[in-house]
Amino acid sequence: MIPIPPVIEDVWVYLSTTPLLWLTATLAAFLAGQWLFERAGRRPLVNPVAIAVVLLIVLLKATGTTYQTYFDGAQFVHFLLGPATVALAVPLHQNFGAVRRAALPMLAALLAGSVTAVVSAVAIAVAFGVSPETMRSLAPKSVTTPIAMGIAEKIGGIPSLTAVMVIITGIVGAMTVTPLMNLLRVSDWRARGFAAGVASHGIGTARAFQVNEVAGTFAGIAMALNGIATAIMAPLLISLLG
Amino acid sequence: MIAALMALLACQVAGELVARLLGLQIPGPVIGTVLLFILLLVRGRVPDALRDVSRGLLTNLSLLFVPAGVGIIQHLDRIRGEWVGIVAALVGSTVLTMVVAVFVFRLVSRLSGADRGDA
Repeated sequence: MIPIPPVIEDVWVYLSTTPLLWLTATLAAFLAGQWLFERAGRRPLVNPVAIAVVLLIVLLKATGTTYQTYFDGAQFVHFLLGPATVALAVPLHQNFGAVRRAALPMLAALLAGSVTAVVSAVAIAVAFGVSPETMRSLAPKSVTTPIAMGIAEKIGGIPSLTAVMVIITGIVGAMTVTPLMNLLRVSDWRARGFAAGVASHGIGTARAFQVNEVAGTFAGIAMALNGIATAIMAPLLISLLG
Repeated sequence: MIAALMALLACQVAGELVARLLGLQIPGPVIGTVLLFILLLVRGRVPDALRDVSRGLLTNLSLLFVPAGVGIIQHLDRIRGEWVGIVAALVGSTVLTMVVAVFVFRLVSRLSGADRGDA
């Protein structure tokens, strides 16, 4: 290995422990992901979150940095998930007319989607023989991170593993929603957005906002409603499913 | 901008308080969303600054999931051992959930006459 000059080592020792470095790295990795997404013609398979996560993991591994040290900086970004959830009230208010007219289909799709999300995840996991902790950790995977982690704690999963399942689910949803909906020949932006939000929370919602504002609004509502529905239903379903 | 951020945070704090005091299963930020929505209904319109801050947060929503996503680094051993089941469950369930949700939405929309006007 090339010897590192002591000055650079001093700077590294200082920087690597400040929140500044890992906060900056998080934003830089995401920008790199977005740049690749744009360069690839905004193709949904080139997902900025997935790219950012992979880049950051490579960087952490290469520098021997622990997740705790990383998170001390990145928590400032993570923290904004709460206010961003509250901010969903704004597009909800602006599109309230369309939302009110669609109250019945939304409620029906919420119940069907919410139950399907938990039951099918658990059923497939059990069919593949995954361990009980992993199964319980992925049951609430379709709702946004802070909510899913709370549910995992209640039903005997591992909250930090649940957070990972939630992100992967979001990435899968964002990657597949557009081709899937085109395949199903659904042109109703309300239905497309709502499905993305129920199945894949905020990352699906972010994808929906990229495509169409009405889709984004309905995805945001679906995400908020499914947070509530799953928080109530998942513990019941898990005790029924054993 | 500060007032808009303050409004979002205050609704979240109020949401957490309501959830704790009433012992609700519903997460604080979700109650915060409902509170802000009620405030906007009462006020009748969205202040410009709040609209801008909300749009800023929501257009970059996926960035906010990156830190938790990097947490996969703590679970690499477990995931390596069970990855087939995990991937099957996540991909299968996510796609199935979207198909069921969009099908039910369209069906009920057609049956209930909610298709008129938009769609």
